[in-house]
Amino acid sequence: MKVWGLHLAVLAALALLGLVLPQYHATNLARIMVLAVFAMGYNLAFGYAGLLSLGHALFFAAGMYGAGLPAWHWGWGAAPALLAGAMAGGLAAVIVGLLALRTAGVSFMIVTLMFAKAFALTILYFNSWTGGDEGFVVPDTGRALFGATLAADGPRYALAWGLFTVALGLSLLLVRSRFGRVMVALRENEERARMLGINPYAAKLQVMGISGLYSGAAGAAYALLFGYVGGTFADIQYSILPMLYVLLGGAGTVLGAGLGAALMFYLTDVASSVTDAWLFVVGAALVVLVLFAPKGILGWVRARWWRDLP
Amino acid sequence: MSLLEARGLTRHFGGLRAVDGVDFDLEAGEIHALIGPNGAGKTTFVSLLSGRLAPQAGTIRLAGEDITRTPAHIRVRKGVAYTFQITSIFPGLSVFDNVALAAQGARVRDLKAAVQAALSRVGMVGMAAEVAGVLSYGHQRLLELAMGLALAPRVLILDEPTQGLAAGEIEGFKALVRSLVPQVAVLLIEHNMEVVMDLATRITVLNFGQVLAQGTPDQVRADPAVQEAYLGA
Ligand SMILES: Nc1ncnc2c1ncn2[C@@H]1O[C@H](COP(=O)(O)OP(=O)(O)OP(=O)(O)O)[C@@H](O)[C@H]1O
Ligand SMILES: [Mg+2]
Repeated sequence: MKVWGLHLAVLAALALLGLVLPQYHATNLARIMVLAVFAMGYNLAFGYAGLLSLGHALFFAAGMYGAGLPAWHWGWGAAPALLAGAMAGGLAAVIVGLLALRTAGVSFMIVTLMFAKAFALTILYFNSWTGGDEGFVVPDTGRALFGATLAADGPRYALAWGLFTVALGLSLLLVRSRFGRVMVALRENEERARMLGINPYAAKLQVMGISGLYSGAAGAAYALLFGYVGGTFADIQYSILPMLYVLLGGAGTVLGAGLGAALMFYLTDVASSVTDAWLFVVGAALVVLVLFAPKGILGWVRARWWRDLP
Repeated sequence: MSLLEARGLTRHFGGLRAVDGVDFDLEAGEIHALIGPNGAGKTTFVSLLSGRLAPQAGTIRLAGEDITRTPAHIRVRKGVAYTFQITSIFPGLSVFDNVALAAQGARVRDLKAAVQAALSRVGMVGMAAEVAGVLSYGHQRLLELAMGLALAPRVLILDEPTQGLAAGEIEGFKALVRSLVPQVAVLLIEHNMEVVMDLATRITVLNFGQVLAQGTPDQVRADPAVQEAYLGA
C-alpha cells in the first residue's frame, strides 16, 4: 500500500508540474521522463538482474530509427512509429542477448559494447537511407498522434508523462512478481539459482528483451517528441548515461532511475551554465557519490529507512 | 529399477581420478549415506548426479529416464535437489525470498504457505523477514536445507549438512531427515559417523574416486577394506 502510494504520489506530482511549470522547465522534464524510461530499462538489466551492459545505446537508437525511419520514408504516424520503435529495441536486445549472454562479466561488457559500435557504424554506412552523421528531422506527419501534434508543448508533456507512467507501473509490477525475484537471484548468486531449477540463460534473455523494449520505447519517444534522429544517439555515451542515472538514483530501485535522470540532467544543466568544465563538476559529483553512497540515493534510503522499498 | 542410477560414472581432473567408474543405486525411500576420506570424490560424484558437472563417461538414470546430458536446472525440476557443501544462499535477500525462490521453482501456487512449511520443518519460523547474509552459520545451513525441502524433490542430495551445526541442532536435523522418508530418497554425504550410523539404511564408501564398499551400516562397519582405508580402526 505504502509502496503504491509513494509511486502514485510521484506520478501525480509530475502531472501537476506539467501544468504549472514554465515552458522551459516543462520541456526539460519531458526530456527527463523519456530518458528515465530508458534508465528504467537499463535498471531492470543492470540494477536487478546484474547484467552490466555497455550496449544499451544500440537499443535506444534502434527505437529511434525504428520509429523515425518509417515516419520519414513511408509517412507513418506517431502511434505505429512508437510501436515499431519499441519492438525494434526489444528485438535488437534479444538478438544481442542471444550471443552476448553466452559470456558474463567483463566479456559481456565488451561484447555488448562491440555490438553497439557496429550498429553505430552501420547507421553511418547506410547514410543515404539513415541520414548518416547529420541525421534527419522527423516530418510533421510522423509527430501526429490522435489529431494532436507532439511538436506542441502540451501533447509532448502528456505523452512523456504517459510513457513514464506505464513504464513505472510495469517496472513495479515486474520487480514485485515471481520473475522479479528470479532477476535478483541471478544477480546475487547465479549458480544457486540454477540449482533451484532456474534457467539462467533463458531468464536473462527475457530480461534483456524487456530492457530493450523500454530502451526502444524511450528512443522512439525521444525521436518523435523532439523531432530529430541522429547517429550520435548510438554512441557509447548513450550507453553510459543510463548507467550513471541508475548509479546516482540507486541501482535496483524502481524510482532510482528517474531520480538519477532528473538530478544528472539538472546537474549538467547548472554546471554547464556556470563553467565550461561542466564535465569536471559532474565527475566530481559522481566521485562523491561513490565514496559516500555507493548504492545510490535510493539505495541509501533503502539501507537506512525503508528496507522494503522496491 | 532404482530411483537414481549411475553406471560407470567418470570424471577426471587432468590426471586426478576424482570419480572413476562408479556404479551406484539410490532406491526410493531410502537414506543412503556416502562417506569417504577428504578428497575421495564425494562432492564431485554428486555434482555429476545433480548436473553441476558433466561426466566424461557413464550414464545417469532417474526413474529409468536417461538424464546424463540433461541440464542441471531441468534435473532440479524433475526432482533432483542439491544442497551445497559450501553454503550457497542469496545473502542480500530475506529468508522468505530465499525459500520462495526454491518453492516457485517447484511451481507452487501458495508461496507463503510453502515457505512457512519449509521454514517450520527446519525450525526457522519467525525468521522469514531476516536478511539471509547476516544469519549465523548454523542458520544459514538450515536455510539451505529449507530451500532443498521447498523444491519438493524426489531425491534430496545433502552435502555435509551437519557441518557447523551445534549438537542440539544435529538432533533436530536427524529427526527432520527421518521425517522425509519414504516420500523422498535422501543421499547424504556426511563425516559425522554417529549421524551416518543413526540415519543410513545403506552406505556407500568412496575412496580415490572408486567404490570401496557398499551395504548396510553393519556390513560396511565389518568390511576390512573400509576399516583399513577409512575408519582407521
Ligand atoms: N574443479 C576441480 N578441478 C580440479 N580438481 C578438482 C576439482 N574439484 C575437485 N577436485 C579434486 O578432486 C578430488 C575430489 O574432490 P571432492 O571435492 O569431490 O572430494 P570430497 O570427497 O567431496 O572431499 P571433502 O570430504 O573434503 O568434501 C580432490 O582431490 C579435489 O582436489
Ligand atoms: Mg565434498
